Amino acid sequence: METALSVLVGCLFTVSLYLLLSKHIIRMLLGVVLLSNAVNILIFTAGRIVSVAPPFIPQDAETVSDVANPLPQALVLTAIVISFSFFAFLLVLAYRAYQDLGTDDTDEMRVAEPENDGLPPLGY
Amino acid sequence: MLPGGLHASDYLIVMPVAICLLFGAVLLMLRKRIDWHPFFAIPGFLALFVVDVLLLLKVAAEGPQTMMMGSWKAPFGIAFTVDMMGALFVTVAGFVGLASAIYAVGSINRTERRYGFFPFLFLMMGGVSGAFLTGDLFNLYVWFEVLLIGSFGLLILGSEHEQLDGATKYCFLNLVATTLFLITTGYLYGLTGTLNMADIAEKAGQMENDGALFTIAVLFLVAFGMKAAAFPLNFWLPASYHTPRFVVSALFAGLLTKVGVYALIRVLMMLLPPERAELATLIGWVAALTMLVGALGALAQSDLRRLLNYLVISGIGIIMAGLALPAADGGLVDAAAAASGQATGATGSAMLAVGLSGSIFYALHSIVVMTALYLAAGMAARVAGTSSLRSMGGLWRERPGLAALMLIFLFAVSGLPPFSGFWPKVALVRGTIGADLPWLAAMILLSGFLTTIASARLFALAFWRNRPAPGEAPPQMRSEFMAEGEPSPAFSLLPLLILAVFVVAAGVTPQWLLAWTDVAASGVVDPASYVESVFGGGS
Amino acid sequence: MRTIIFRFTAPYLTSLMVLFSVFVLLRGHNEPGGGFIGGLIAASAFAIYGIACGVAPVRRALYFHPLAISACGLFFAVIAGLLSVFTGQGFMTGLWAFPAILGGDVGLSTPLLFDIGVYLVVVGSITSIALALEERESD
Repeated sequence: METALSVLVGCLFTVSLYLLLSKHIIRMLLGVVLLSNAVNILIFTAGRIVSVAPPFIPQDAETVSDVANPLPQALVLTAIVISFSFFAFLLVLAYRAYQDLGTDDTDEMRVAEPENDGLPPLGY
Repeated sequence: MLPGGLHASDYLIVMPVAICLLFGAVLLMLRKRIDWHPFFAIPGFLALFVVDVLLLLKVAAEGPQTMMMGSWKAPFGIAFTVDMMGALFVTVAGFVGLASAIYAVGSINRTERRYGFFPFLFLMMGGVSGAFLTGDLFNLYVWFEVLLIGSFGLLILGSEHEQLDGATKYCFLNLVATTLFLITTGYLYGLTGTLNMADIAEKAGQMENDGALFTIAVLFLVAFGMKAAAFPLNFWLPASYHTPRFVVSALFAGLLTKVGVYALIRVLMMLLPPERAELATLIGWVAALTMLVGALGALAQSDLRRLLNYLVISGIGIIMAGLALPAADGGLVDAAAAASGQATGATGSAMLAVGLSGSIFYALHSIVVMTALYLAAGMAARVAGTSSLRSMGGLWRERPGLAALMLIFLFAVSGLPPFSGFWPKVALVRGTIGADLPWLAAMILLSGFLTTIASARLFALAFWRNRPAPGEAPPQMRSEFMAEGEPSPAFSLLPLLILAVFVVAAGVTPQWLLAWTDVAASGVVDPASYVESVFGGGS
Repeated sequence: MRTIIFRFTAPYLTSLMVLFSVFVLLRGHNEPGGGFIGGLIAASAFAIYGIACGVAPVRRALYFHPLAISACGLFFAVIAGLLSVFTGQGFMTGLWAFPAILGGDVGLSTPLLFDIGVYLVVVGSITSIALALEERESD
C-alpha cells in the first residue's frame, strides 16, 4: 500500500512541477493544487498505514490499540485547510491581476520590473 | 502561583501571539471606526514589545522556557519553547514592529486603513512571533502560513498594477517554498516519528547517517533558502519588495527574510548538526554568492527601493556565512581547524559558536537596519516626490536631520564602525578565519566593500548632489508620494530615532548584545538546556 | 443562472444549509463534524444565495461585513485559549462545565468556543472571497 501511494505521490509531484514551470498563471494555479494534494498524501503515507480502525477510544475503555495513526490525519487536515484558503486567495489575486494587467503570461508581467529601464545615473 | 501549578509569568511565552491576534481581531471588527485604529494599534504594539522584553529577561535569567499547548505531555502536544535565540529575535521583531506602526500612523491613509492595514500588520506580527516561539516543526509551518496571509494582505494594499504584479510573483514563490517545507516536514516525521524539535534533536542525533537525513537537510536548505532569498533562489525578492507601501516593504525586508534565516539556523544547526557539517561547503558558496549578488545588484540599480532590495539579499549572505563553518561537535574537527583553533585557544566547536553568534547578531542588526533604511527611504521619496535616483537630489540641504539618520543607517548596513553592523562582521571574520575558511572571510570583506560603494552612491545621488533639473528625467508619480500633507515629525522622525538608538547602542557598546548572542549560539550548538526545558520542566 | 426556479428555491436551500452547518458544528466534538466543515457549508450556502439573487442581497442579509465576522471568530478562538490562564493550566487547555439546562446536561467547553471561532473565521473569509469573485463576474 505504501509503495502504491509513494508512486502516486511521485506522479503528482511530476505533474505539478511540470505545470508550475509553465508561463501561464492558470496552469501554475493547477500545479499548486496538485502539489498540495501530493503533500497531503505524502504526509499520510509517512505516518504509516497500519490499520483501518478509526482512532476513537470506546466509551468504556481507557486506552486503545491497533488503530490508525491519528497524527498524520490532523496534519493533513491542517494542511488541507491552509492550502484551500491559499488557493482561494491566489485565485482571486490571479483573477485581479488578469483583469488589471490584461495578461496571464508571466513573461509579459513586467510592470514591477520594467524592461529597458535605461542605465542608472552614471555621474553626480 | 495559580491553581493549576503555573506561575503568571509562565504565560509570557504565548502572550506575543495572543496579543497580536486579539488586537488584529478587534481592529478588524472595528472596520467602520478607522479613526480609532491608531489608538488601538500603538498601545497594542507597545504591549507586544513590553511582553517581548519581559520574556527576554526571563529567558536570560532562567534559561529556555516551555509551555505545552492544551497541557498535553511532550512530545505529543504542540510545544511553545523559547530559548535565547528565539527570545532575541522576537524582541527585535516587536521593536521594529512598534517603530513601523508609529511610522504607519503618519503614512497610511484612510482608504488603506479601511482595507485593513493595521489588522493585517498584527496578523503578520503574530505569525512572525509564533514562528520564533514555537518548538514544534509543523507548528512552525502553520506560523509561516499565518505570516504569509498577513503579508499578502499588506502587499496588495492599494491594488495598483505594480503591486498586483509583484504580489503574484511573491505569492507563488512563497507558497511553493512553504509547501517544500511541508514536504520535508512530512519526510522527517516519517523518519523520526515526531515533530517536537527537542525530540527530533535527540532522535536524529542517535540515528544512523544513511543519507535520508542528509536529503532532508538539503530540502530544508532549499525551502528556507527560498524564504530567506539566498542565491540562487533570490529572484522573487527584487521582483516584489519595492511594490508595496514603504512601511510594508520595511517590515518585509526586516522581518520576513529573517524568519527564513531563523528557521535555517534552528533546523540545520540544532536539529541536524552532522548533516549541516557535511553541507558546510555548499552553504559557504551559497553565502558568498548571495553576498556578491546582493552587493553587485545594489550597485546597478537606479531606484532607491530596488537598491535596498539588493542590500537585503547581501545581508542574508553574510548571515549565512556563519552557518558555513565546518566541524560541529562530534569529532568531525579536521586537522587544520583544530590547529588554528588551538592557536587561539579554542576548539572547532567554539569557533562554530563564535560564527553563529556573529550570524545571530548580524541578523538582529539587519532586522533593525533594513527596516530603518526603508522607512528613511520612504521619507526621502515623499520629500522628493519620486524614488528614482535619476531625479532625486538635494535632500541633504532640505532635510539635514533625515540625511544624518540615513547616513547612520548606511554606515551600519555597510558594516562600518561605530555602528551595529561592525561587530558581528568582526565575529564572522574571526569565526571563518578560525575555521580555516579565509576565502569566505575575504568574501565578507569584499561584499562589505561593495556595499559601502553602493551606499555611498545612494547617499551621493539622493542626498548630496543638487537636485537635477526636472526636464531631464520626468519623475514617476505614484499615489503614495502624493499623500495629503506631510506627517508630523512624531510619525516620521521619531520611529527612525528609536531605531537609530539600537543601531548606535549596539555599535558603541556591543558587549551586552554580544553576551546574549553568545548564550543564544551556544544554546543552539548544544541544545541540552532546550531539550531539558521541554521534557524536564514542561507543564 | 438566475432562473426563476433557482431564485425561488435558493432562500430555502440557504436557510436549510445554514441550519445544517450549525448542526454539524455542534456535533463536532465527539463525532465527525466541527467548525471548519460547518463553516464551509455555511459559506457555500451564502455563495449559492449570491449566485441566485446577486451579491448585494447577501451582504444586506449578513448585515456584518464578512471580514468582521471572521475577526469575531478569531477573537473567540483566542479567548477560548486564554480562558485556561485563569485556572493556571497550559494555554488552550480544555475546560468543561456541565450546567443542567432544561433538564439535560449541556456540555459547555472552551473547545466548543474555539470551534465556534473556527466556524466564524471560515464563514467570514470564504464568504468574502466567494462574494468578491461573484461580484467581479457580474461587472
